Amino acid sequence: MSRVDQPVWWRDESLRPMMVACLTLSAAVGVFGVSFGVASVSAGASVAQTCAISLLVFTGASQFSAVSVIGSGGSFGSALGGALLLAARNGVYGLAMSRRIEGSLALRMLAAQLTIDETTAMSVAQPDPRAQRVAFWFTGAALYFFWNLGTLIGAVAGNAIDPTTYGLDVAFPAGFVAMLWPLLTDARARLAATIGGVVCLVAVPITPVGVPILLSALAVLVGVRRPSQVAS
Amino acid sequence: MTWTLVFVLAAGAYAFKVTGLVILGGRTLPPVFDRCLALIPAAVITALVMKDTFSTGQDLALDARALGIAAAVIAAWRRLPLIVVIVVGAAVTAVVRQIS
Repeated sequence: MSRVDQPVWWRDESLRPMMVACLTLSAAVGVFGVSFGVASVSAGASVAQTCAISLLVFTGASQFSAVSVIGSGGSFGSALGGALLLAARNGVYGLAMSRRIEGSLALRMLAAQLTIDETTAMSVAQPDPRAQRVAFWFTGAALYFFWNLGTLIGAVAGNAIDPTTYGLDVAFPAGFVAMLWPLLTDARARLAATIGGVVCLVAVPITPVGVPILLSALAVLVGVRRPSQVAS
Repeated sequence: MTWTLVFVLAAGAYAFKVTGLVILGGRTLPPVFDRCLALIPAAVITALVMKDTFSTGQDLALDARALGIAAAVIAAWRRLPLIVVIVVGAAVTAVVRQIS
């Protein structure tokens, strides 16, 4: 894949800074994986279920959402619905990545499992197609390793303590707050967030547990109008 | 949490990923879909914060969690790393529970 004048990717000095950035990011996300592990067992999932979720689902926000809804007594359908709403954006990332990921069907099916926020962001930030491919696969592999290692550590540790004593029941919402902050940079996202939050609180006393999360997604209709019509 | 939910969720999440990357490929969606899908995380994650902070089951509640999350919001606003935001939120909640 590389041209004759280019060294193999892992020996390519020009790719080194990007790989360091990808590793740093992945290790940081691994620490978040620890929080997922703790929060998931605190919400009633077993260690094995918690690890299986990270290995198989492998998209953070959806995992947190599903476990959080089940933990507060929500139904199967509402837990699944809320989590899948959050997973939908990976489909859009896939559309963006499809031009950058080439190879056999099996390789692209594998790439699909790694197509999430971080891998897409690191890849599209690179200047040329080769660096984009390396960033995608390198971040994907590192992230998969650290996320699942972190989950295992968190699940085992969380199993051994009472979560409310250490305030760990707010690990979910506090983590969500941190995830939310970078998303609120434009006016339209802030409007959608405000509507989503208000709809949820209004719906909590009058709908079954989990349904308020589904209803909050109606706030995305803010996006129907063209951006020029929204003050930013 | 049931194993059925684990597997159905895994299949559903993978279906989205594979649809975008392998099945639809390089096609582009109408811009209105892009605009709406891009807003899902902001709307749904805010709702999750509200639910986890201000409700217990179907009841609205105002307790130690509210102060913990207020601290987490300040930490996020100060651009502190994610794990610090979580630790700050958890620590404040735990301390408020101890003294109240």
